[in-house]
Amino acid sequence: MPLSLDEVRRIAQLARIGVSDAEARTVLVQLNDIFELIGRMQKVDTEGVEPMSHGQDLKLRLRDDAVTERDQREGFQSLAPQVEQGLYLVPKVIE
Amino acid sequence: MNWEIVIGLETHAQLSTQSKMFSGASTAFGAAPNTQASAVDIALPGVLPVANKDAVERAIRFGLAVGGENAINRRSVFARKNYFYPDLPKGYQISQYELPIVKGGEIRILTKSGEKAVRLTRAHLEEDAGKSLHEAFRDSSGIDLNRAGVPLLEIVSEPDMRSAEEAVAYAKTLHSLVRWIGICDGNMQEGSFRCDANVSVRRPGGPLGTRAEIKNLNSFRFLEHAIEFEAKRQIDILDDGGKIVQETRLYDADRDETRAMRTKEEAHDYRYFPDPDLSPLEVSEKWMGEIKAKLPELPEAKRKRYQIEYALSLYDASLLTDTREKAEYFELVCRSLEGPAPKTVANWITGELSALLNDRGIDFSQLLISGKAFAKLLDRIKDGTISANVAKEILHGMANGEGDADAIIAKRGLKQISDAGAIEKIVDQVIAANPKQVEDYRAGKEKAFNSLVGQVMKATQGKANPAQVNEILKRKLAG
Repeated sequence: MPLSLDEVRRIAQLARIGVSDAEARTVLVQLNDIFELIGRMQKVDTEGVEPMSHGQDLKLRLRDDAVTERDQREGFQSLAPQVEQGLYLVPKVIE
Repeated sequence: MNWEIVIGLETHAQLSTQSKMFSGASTAFGAAPNTQASAVDIALPGVLPVANKDAVERAIRFGLAVGGENAINRRSVFARKNYFYPDLPKGYQISQYELPIVKGGEIRILTKSGEKAVRLTRAHLEEDAGKSLHEAFRDSSGIDLNRAGVPLLEIVSEPDMRSAEEAVAYAKTLHSLVRWIGICDGNMQEGSFRCDANVSVRRPGGPLGTRAEIKNLNSFRFLEHAIEFEAKRQIDILDDGGKIVQETRLYDADRDETRAMRTKEEAHDYRYFPDPDLSPLEVSEKWMGEIKAKLPELPEAKRKRYQIEYALSLYDASLLTDTREKAEYFELVCRSLEGPAPKTVANWITGELSALLNDRGIDFSQLLISGKAFAKLLDRIKDGTISANVAKEILHGMANGEGDADAIIAKRGLKQISDAGAIEKIVDQVIAANPKQVEDYRAGKEKAFNSLVGQVMKATQGKANPAQVNEILKRKLAG
């Protein structure tokens, strides 16, 4: 099922990636190639096979519940473009 | 034709760990902005999440409490829920999607119409987002990431509730349970326990209607009002031949109404996928067994036991088990008791003692009266040393740290007068001094009798044994 140009724009929008019309057309062809591969994989009979959720066969490592981090606000905020009263400032957003 | 209201709740319970879900930053409430936000929480490049064992353990505890071992997925998977918002620095929230840690289970609620089981769909682990402050600045929003990464358990119910009353009963029971098993402090003002309600209406027995999701419900009263308002809004639309739009609505407590949140230009598409930074979470039988062994006796089990062991009604048993501290106090008192029945203990704890705690704004852990001392006070009523009324006075003295019941009785001279001779003498005096009331009583006015009893009690500063006063007074007036 080939993607449409509108779907490419929507995916770009969801990922907050700006793409020009020309780029969208190039990306469309590339994505459709990938989808073609996925289409072939989807034809494989996977009945009864447990879905894989991680590439490595590992158990999740768990850590003990202890506070190990100290306050590094000053250092972190020196990287931020705008800071006031300890808060990171961003363009106004209202839900 | 009438409408049936259908409600399902999604509850976020903040897990009471010291550190965050995926970082070693503190979760303490009220710190200066961004002082508890580590490199992982603010999503600096190259950092990796490491899951908190105690948060996972709390989720397992919950699953065991609502559904036993069957409710625990031995293997669950963390997934990324993708969306953009400034208080979500990674651009995704780590949550669980296809395989949550807890599946199924139920919460049993008690309403006026009786007991009912509300089924749970699932409960999953996730991290909280940060906080946006929109009012403090003119053209900017301020972002505090202290809350980012705090562990949450999202508990999702089936749409099994049929009224605001049932929804509130469910939320209260759940709130009591998470505190009971020690996984969440339940502090609603600080947002440790918050509900979203999915509300729809339908013809009884018909297919489910279109639902609206109401966010921002951080008190039981708001939950009740929001559901009532929303159900009425939907019924009005449908009665007028309109259609319900599926949307997210906010409850405005000041206006007591729900209103649509500004809809985003496109519908949410979270594009969940397994988080490659976190391998699947496995729960071994051994670990689960250890957690199960440490679980306290649950409220439901206690309710059942109280009805059998102490012959209490379901109502009394429920009142006693709304917090673990209260239930444990009740049992402690019952164990130290000599005379009175457990029903008396239940009445005192759910009545006078609860009122006293309420008035003073304290809980059982701060109460200066040991279970043993409380049992002794009740024994003194039973053995006739004091009347129930005087016991209330002594109870307050005990709560002030004035000593045990016997010490206060001695110090204040509160011992009940049960000496028949002494009471008769006072009764004679009262009869002689109140000829009018005596006449009224003999003419059939019951009220006059109460007034005479009152006079006797007054003359003895409330110390006369009320049963004896009644008996002697009746005898003398008849004679």
